[in-house]
Amino acid sequence: MPQRVDVAKTWKLFIGGQFVRSESGQSFPIEHRRHGTTLNLCRGSRKDLRDAVEAAHSASEKWASASGYLRGQIIYRMAEMLESRRSEMSEALAAVGTSTPKKRLDEVDAAIDRLVGFAGWADKIEQILGGQNPVPGPYYNITVPEPSGVVGVLPPDRPALLASISMLAAPLCAGNTIVMLAPEGHPLPVALLAEIIATSDVPDGVINIMTGKREELMWHLADHREVDAVSAANLDDETLTELRQRAAESLKRVHHDSVTAAGWSKHESRCSPWNIEPFVEMKTMWHPSAC
Amino acid sequence: MNDANPTASASTASMWEYAPAPERTPLEIDDRYGLFINGEFRSPNSRRWFESLNPATGEVLSKVANANQQDVDDAVSAARQALPSWSRLSGQERAKYLFRIARRIQERARELSVLETMDGGKPIKESRDIDIPLAARHFFYHAGWADKLQWAFAGATPRPVGVCGQIIPWNFPLLMAAWKIAPALACGNTCVLKPAETTSLTALRLAEIFQEAGLPPGVVNIVTGAGKTGQLLAAHEDIDKLAFTGSTEVGKKIAEVAAVGDRRLTLELGGKSPHIIFADAALDQAVEGVVNGIWFNQGHVCCAGSRLLVEESIQDEMIRRLKHRLGSLRVGDPLDKNTDIGAINNPEQLDKIKGYVEAGQAEGAVLHEVTTQSLPKKGLWFRPCFLTGVQPSHVIARDEIFGPVLAMMTFRTPEEAIKRANNSPYGLAAGVWTDKGARIFEMAKRLQAGVIWCNTYNQFDAASPFGGVKESGFGREGGRHGLRAYVRI
Repeated sequence: MPQRVDVAKTWKLFIGGQFVRSESGQSFPIEHRRHGTTLNLCRGSRKDLRDAVEAAHSASEKWASASGYLRGQIIYRMAEMLESRRSEMSEALAAVGTSTPKKRLDEVDAAIDRLVGFAGWADKIEQILGGQNPVPGPYYNITVPEPSGVVGVLPPDRPALLASISMLAAPLCAGNTIVMLAPEGHPLPVALLAEIIATSDVPDGVINIMTGKREELMWHLADHREVDAVSAANLDDETLTELRQRAAESLKRVHHDSVTAAGWSKHESRCSPWNIEPFVEMKTMWHPSAC
Repeated sequence: MNDANPTASASTASMWEYAPAPERTPLEIDDRYGLFINGEFRSPNSRRWFESLNPATGEVLSKVANANQQDVDDAVSAARQALPSWSRLSGQERAKYLFRIARRIQERARELSVLETMDGGKPIKESRDIDIPLAARHFFYHAGWADKLQWAFAGATPRPVGVCGQIIPWNFPLLMAAWKIAPALACGNTCVLKPAETTSLTALRLAEIFQEAGLPPGVVNIVTGAGKTGQLLAAHEDIDKLAFTGSTEVGKKIAEVAAVGDRRLTLELGGKSPHIIFADAALDQAVEGVVNGIWFNQGHVCCAGSRLLVEESIQDEMIRRLKHRLGSLRVGDPLDKNTDIGAINNPEQLDKIKGYVEAGQAEGAVLHEVTTQSLPKKGLWFRPCFLTGVQPSHVIARDEIFGPVLAMMTFRTPEEAIKRANNSPYGLAAGVWTDKGARIFEMAKRLQAGVIWCNTYNQFDAASPFGGVKESGFGREGGRHGLRAYVRI
């Protein structure tokens, strides 16, 4: 008989800034690889997904029109929060089987640094991707990137934290709101990430995180008309084709990356403006120039 | 056309007679045009041909090859074979081919303009002043990019995508061909172009220009045919990048077909673009903007300003001015350089436009048109018009009509204007007229569209990215941004 009984955490979905249980009333077990214990995560349903998309859609206009400076500070705050929970996140990576303590901390550190990197992009992306166009005639002509809207994010199983953070922060810094499906195989780090986000001044609904079965959620994400773009990585050909086919009906933008495990650690290539560009729409404005 | 006394001349339209059209210069048109594959014109494997008509007269201009699977295979394979040497050619040398093409378009501008107008029905003043010069401009502009691509994408190394399948519509035939081909070639890709069934002739002239410019065989191939040929091209498994301009309905099907394999896709689709006029706008210019926005090219314009949103206080004034302008628009012989509204491109489109105007009236909208001017006996014609009493729920306020039909509605506050404007699955373009600078920027920011025309409308240039958001498609054409679809980085 132990001296003190542990108080186990009830894991929840993160929707509209609230931690909620799944409407499905169902959970699914994952095994803690190091302790051999079992954790139960919410098995998010189609209804939960719709709530998440609704929350992301409602938060969209305000987040998109927030200044890049503000968005940058909020993403930087996420990095601060993750830094302060470094060991806890490392423990979550242990739970999903990331082998050595050094590897775990390296991944957490890389994820923190990735957030800092994208935080800095938030008030610079317009200058890199936009510009003035030299049209003939008396017109002032400029092109600026604007966020696509609601982006569905489907990170791969590994590296669960670093890939999820990279795929989340790129559209986020440009002013998109997010519905992320935690990697089905290794959901715990992302479920924990929700708690970090919840304490980082991220406005309610800007980031929504679901756990559950990919098969039960991703097709609804692809079909939903209020999801404007989907970001996925390392899908097999068949899944990617079906995702694109289903996205076609609402002309959703689908961005897919194939990235090796080592590739996610390459900060320069994973934190480039070309990781952000798939989630912006170029808006071109003409105005006559005359006295 | 800003009359001091706008009502005075409305009834004089009937007195106008058509002048002989000086543009009706003899133009050599072959009896038949084959497919342009691997640098040569050849008969189709299908052995089938279809007629290309002049929509203003109904006369047959020529016969055009109808490409089948084998023909499309041949064209794609020619493009594939030409790819290694073309993509390895230095940008400096690729550029020179494009400059040559631009120059030849300018040198043959008259012939191309007349042919464009005969084949498609658009007024000669538009093909002469817009379509053809802008097509040359696109080649000239993109030529200059060919040796500068390494500067176009911050920190990245661009490489060609490969073989590009490009499907274009009938409203700006040569211009759309230029929009598609020029950036593709500048970036080191090879192409298979599928022009629209009713307007293949200028694209085939462009093929002659490619021959004259000495463009290596297979770099651009042109397969003509109807929707079926387009489908074959879209579904072809050896295409690396697909670009489509056309309706949203077809665009969705193309997106589904293109979902297989690692194929890049850009879509420039339909629109129902809002055109917003505030009471403080310079009304003379705004009215001209509205006229140009909807009655340019018979309204066969994907970004046509077909939803007019007028601040309530100036509604009566706007109706009065638009009625006056309707009376001064000349409908008829597209080859007459005074013609404002040419022929409707094809009979299906004419039926569709008629159907929409009837539906609009059935839902309670009031039709305004000027009927004093008689229409030519032969050919496909539709009088420009606008409808008032339109509700946002009406079909004419929601659907793309693709004709010279304007739906007029009102708003009271900027907030309401934005809500009404954005209440559409489309997001191609939007127009705003106001004298308040701060309001211009706020409106431009909040309108959901890829192109915002402020105190102007329907401006286009090779250096300016064009393309939509939402169900108007994705990807941009023109400018540095337009190159993105044609490179891997």
